[in-house]
Amino acid sequence: MKQIAKQIEARFMELGIKVETSEIEASLDQLINKFKVPPEEARRNVINSFLKKHNVPKSEFFAPRETPQVKVSDIKEDGKWVTVRGKIVQLWEANQESISQVGLFGDESGTIKFTKWAKSALPAVEEGKNYIFKNVATSEWQGQFSIKLNKTSEIIPVAEEIEVGSTPTEFSGAIVDIQTGSGLIKRCPECNRALVKGACGEHGKVEGIYDLRVKAVMDDGEKVQDILLNREVTEALTGITLEKAKDMATEALDQAVVLDMIKSKLVGRYFAVSGAKLDRFILVESIKPDVRPIEEDIKRILAASAAPIAQEA
Amino acid sequence: MADNNGFTREVAHRIFAAELKESNLQAKEGQDQYSPQYLITPTGAKCNRVFIVGTLTEKEDVGTDSEFWRGRIVDPTGAFFVTAGQYQPEAAQVLAKTTPPEFIAVIGKPTTFTTKEGNVLTSIRAESMHVVDAATRDRWVVDAAMHTAKRLEKLAGSEPAAMKAKEHYSTNVDAYKAMVAQALESVRAR
Repeated sequence: MKQIAKQIEARFMELGIKVETSEIEASLDQLINKFKVPPEEARRNVINSFLKKHNVPKSEFFAPRETPQVKVSDIKEDGKWVTVRGKIVQLWEANQESISQVGLFGDESGTIKFTKWAKSALPAVEEGKNYIFKNVATSEWQGQFSIKLNKTSEIIPVAEEIEVGSTPTEFSGAIVDIQTGSGLIKRCPECNRALVKGACGEHGKVEGIYDLRVKAVMDDGEKVQDILLNREVTEALTGITLEKAKDMATEALDQAVVLDMIKSKLVGRYFAVSGAKLDRFILVESIKPDVRPIEEDIKRILAASAAPIAQEA
Repeated sequence: MADNNGFTREVAHRIFAAELKESNLQAKEGQDQYSPQYLITPTGAKCNRVFIVGTLTEKEDVGTDSEFWRGRIVDPTGAFFVTAGQYQPEAAQVLAKTTPPEFIAVIGKPTTFTTKEGNVLTSIRAESMHVVDAATRDRWVVDAAMHTAKRLEKLAGSEPAAMKAKEHYSTNVDAYKAMVAQALESVRAR
């Protein structure tokens, strides 16, 4: 409670208004302890009553303070107020009335999802245009961060072109598993989703379009990394083209032969991949067998582990 | 990296045959019957899954009703016993059609078996098994050596797995260092 009172006092001081801490505390005490009002509600109530008393408009009190400008990739905490500068990479379909626009916002450091609330009454943004998003709130859901534009946020168009970085992630290790849904698959012609037993989750039974992809798990002995190979990467890596995969499947009357072939070429082998990180996956742009010479590693490990023994001897 | 609904895939540890052979300390996290089982090795690897590459030298179908394959896979330090039965059809097939000797990579779960005499035998129940080339095998030896060396360093620390390993095995660090060095030299020699 003391803390709340201090905070309120400090905020009023910034506006040039001197409010007695004891006065704040007395009001808080009455609300919280006597009338059993939750602290957060009490804080609000006390602030409002003092604002009225000193004739300060609410908007001034809650006016956005300068929020730090950050890079998208630095957003790693929930519930922070930040300012970001970047480009609208993509606009998605807003399928809720409360959301006016939703999409992907990116700067040099990477990309992040943004949501503009309908209630914010902010101007619409355009895909491919550059903006400063002032005073937006960060939020987190299942380890993924996003930014929300609300009433207090501001959108400032920027003339300058901002380059969007894809933050390539690199990983090297062994492929230890290939997951179901890899190999020769069919996709829904409407939404591009992979079909399960010939049916799309959204559009039901459809005539699918063939595609080739690999969902694999890599492992370096300490960390596990899911990777996703699209058709081009899969074709280049395995030497199996989509056409060849179709032929193989037709001949064997079974799509699974393609998957078996891919597994035998990849599982248990070492690779180095790089690509953009999305969710728990790396969308692989390049994958190469890990062929670094091992001689240096050998020397290094020997040197590191031999030293202590030599000292003891 | 965040968990996916509390579920994360177990890392596949790189363990040399000589070390796995000595491993007999089981540990379980949580009381649930579905809690993962771990095998703590002498150098303090807490593993629920291992990744090994070696030379398949012998194989045998020891099943009675259905196929049950057992293979002997050799690395520079010793031999692993790998099994694949009806619940690991893909791995079993690979083992069935491969003629030793051949380089083979195995991803699987370490399991222990206590004989009537009270000896604990360790084997690997293969999840998947694939024929690989000599370069992959060499790289694995270096990889396993690196991870073993790292674990040996950590053994001096106070991580729970390291503490348990020290207490249970009284691990002879120098012997394992020698094993690592010998394994690396064997790759180099060729």
